[in-house]
Amino acid sequence: MAYLPNSIFLVLLVFSVGLFIRNLNRIRRNIHLGKAVNRTDNALLRWKNMLRVAFGQSKMVSRPIAGFLHLIVYIGFVLINIELLEIILDGLLGSHRLFAPLLGSFYNILIASFEILAFLVLLAVVFFWTRRNLVKLQRFWKPEMKGWPKSDADNILYFEIALMLLFLSMNATDALLQKAAFPNYIKAGVFPISQFLTPLFSSLSTETLVILERSFWWMHIVGIFIFLNYLYYSKHLHILLAFPNTYYANLEAKGKFVVNPHIKAEVQLMMNPEAASSETATTPPDKFGATDVFDLNWVQLMNAYSCTECGRCSSVCPANLTGKKLSPRAIMMKTRDRLEEVGKNLNQNNGKFAADGKQLLKDYISPEELWACTSCNACVEACPIEIDPLSIIMDMRQYLTLEESAAPAALNSMMSNIENNGAPWPFSNQDRLQWVNEE
Amino acid sequence: MTLKVPTLAQLAVEGKKPSVVFWVGCAGSFDDRAKKITKAFVKILNKTQTDFAVLGTEETCTGDPAKRAGNEFLFQMQAQQNIATLDQYGVDKIVTTCPHCFNTLKNEYPELGGNYKVLHHTQFLKDLIKEGTLSIEGGNFKGKRITFHDPCYLGRANQVYEAPRDLIKKLDAELVEMKSCKAKGLCCGAGGAQMFKDAEQGDKEINIERTEEALDTQPDIIAAACPFCNTMMTDGIKNKEKEDSVKVMDIAELIVNANDL
Repeated sequence: MAYLPNSIFLVLLVFSVGLFIRNLNRIRRNIHLGKAVNRTDNALLRWKNMLRVAFGQSKMVSRPIAGFLHLIVYIGFVLINIELLEIILDGLLGSHRLFAPLLGSFYNILIASFEILAFLVLLAVVFFWTRRNLVKLQRFWKPEMKGWPKSDADNILYFEIALMLLFLSMNATDALLQKAAFPNYIKAGVFPISQFLTPLFSSLSTETLVILERSFWWMHIVGIFIFLNYLYYSKHLHILLAFPNTYYANLEAKGKFVVNPHIKAEVQLMMNPEAASSETATTPPDKFGATDVFDLNWVQLMNAYSCTECGRCSSVCPANLTGKKLSPRAIMMKTRDRLEEVGKNLNQNNGKFAADGKQLLKDYISPEELWACTSCNACVEACPIEIDPLSIIMDMRQYLTLEESAAPAALNSMMSNIENNGAPWPFSNQDRLQWVNEE
Repeated sequence: MTLKVPTLAQLAVEGKKPSVVFWVGCAGSFDDRAKKITKAFVKILNKTQTDFAVLGTEETCTGDPAKRAGNEFLFQMQAQQNIATLDQYGVDKIVTTCPHCFNTLKNEYPELGGNYKVLHHTQFLKDLIKEGTLSIEGGNFKGKRITFHDPCYLGRANQVYEAPRDLIKKLDAELVEMKSCKAKGLCCGAGGAQMFKDAEQGDKEINIERTEEALDTQPDIIAAACPFCNTMMTDGIKNKEKEDSVKVMDIAELIVNANDL
């Protein structure tokens, strides 16, 4: 019986970490449904980019209030995880505050700073909640944020509030038991924040306190296990994926759109048969452009999982700002929804995709959205973790135009003008220099 | 004043090669408003005795709007044709007044075999000043409020924010920034081939949104650096019935005006 708590803890730990790893593997598998794209060049620059943008949060602070609050939660999250290590070891070994004797007075500093951080995180999260639910910042109330995305965002905030409160309550009851010199509760830690909670508990008997302290301890760690596994179902994966997402981001000038290599081979064959024949003939793709997640590259799919639906992209999108249907955030959310649907299909069919008669284009993303884009790159610039909705839009436009000739009529006449007279308007190329002599 | 606009073909007959090719672009060649920008830039080139030439009838669309409209085939056909022409004349340096041509030539042609040093005219003009070939007299613009609209394909797409601003500052004018500028600049609504179609249904036109941001700075002049932005902002100003008090001008036109060229 003595080892019962340790055993329960071990089971919970193995179960939740195992479940999490299974989900991570599913994400990895789904991302690899995408096409290959070379993003391993220039490793040094990529590391720098990741350190600056993801680790250093350089793009978050372009909006100072949200950036600052997010920084607090981020630092809090990273540092309080040190405490998590102790909690896990305590859980496994049946010890209590294992690090205290080892670290001496440094332990006091640690616990004190965790408490202060926890308090700041609480403040930040309450601020976030207020912005979302009371101030009703526009970007949190767009059409794509109805239903699950809305409650998902709130759930995450409630989780964080609960975890921080449990952490502080655990310390408050612990401090009282330390004061009462209750066996096992060694004198350890300084509690600058939870000292204000102790009056809530000070009238209770030591037996009740022990039950409370243990309950807070268990609820806190179980809460973390639940949160860990909530990640996969939520928009919160960015806490992990922001790092690879920035590492594998596009390093080229934003104005450089991908040159389709298959078309390059065909055009060269057409324009210069002799020269092209010496080049290796590439097998033509089954289609040009993209209709489904399989046609996108794996970085675009990773982008979809990384998106935390903050909506900075849509809030600067000229089309979205002027009431068009296009929302770059929705492009990412729909890509993820479709990818998840495909993933579930794979789970149910032993890893083989069973045709479901659906695709990303039209079933999720409408041509109307795609044609509203001005390709201005504002969404790409605004994303704090370098997600690129524009490339998905352009890949789908390519399909619509090349495979379905479904570009808007005005664009079709623009293109036939280019084909026929080398300009998007119906002017003769022979008149190109007329401006010189015009008044 | 008659403009001196040699073509590459003419120079080739004389066995000459210009130091830079001025890529006029379709808007610069055919659009009435943009032609004025083209002429303004040529005036500066003539005044500074820059050794340049144009392709004339041998120039054809870079393919930018086709590519952004999803027609990669047409884009690459245009590109290959242009690269063949440029390479036939051994061109190595290009300047253009259109950020879309600039971006496509600079970023999307190299992979198709076209490697040139490509400059936007604001960069080129800044270089002329640095070399001492061009100086700007600010007199005409003293005390005027000028706001600069960043073209997406010059700014965000290629990180050119300072060249146009440096030129405006030389005018002795007061450069006033819009609420969203530089990396955060709001599109005029023309990019991504939108210039050639009607907008999707919404509650406002993008150029009106941007014009309102510009008017918030109470400018005398909205400076542009792209023929398409120029059109969109000019339309916006007309829509707001402000054409008498606010002018939309390209940076090249501002310089021509300042120097009475």
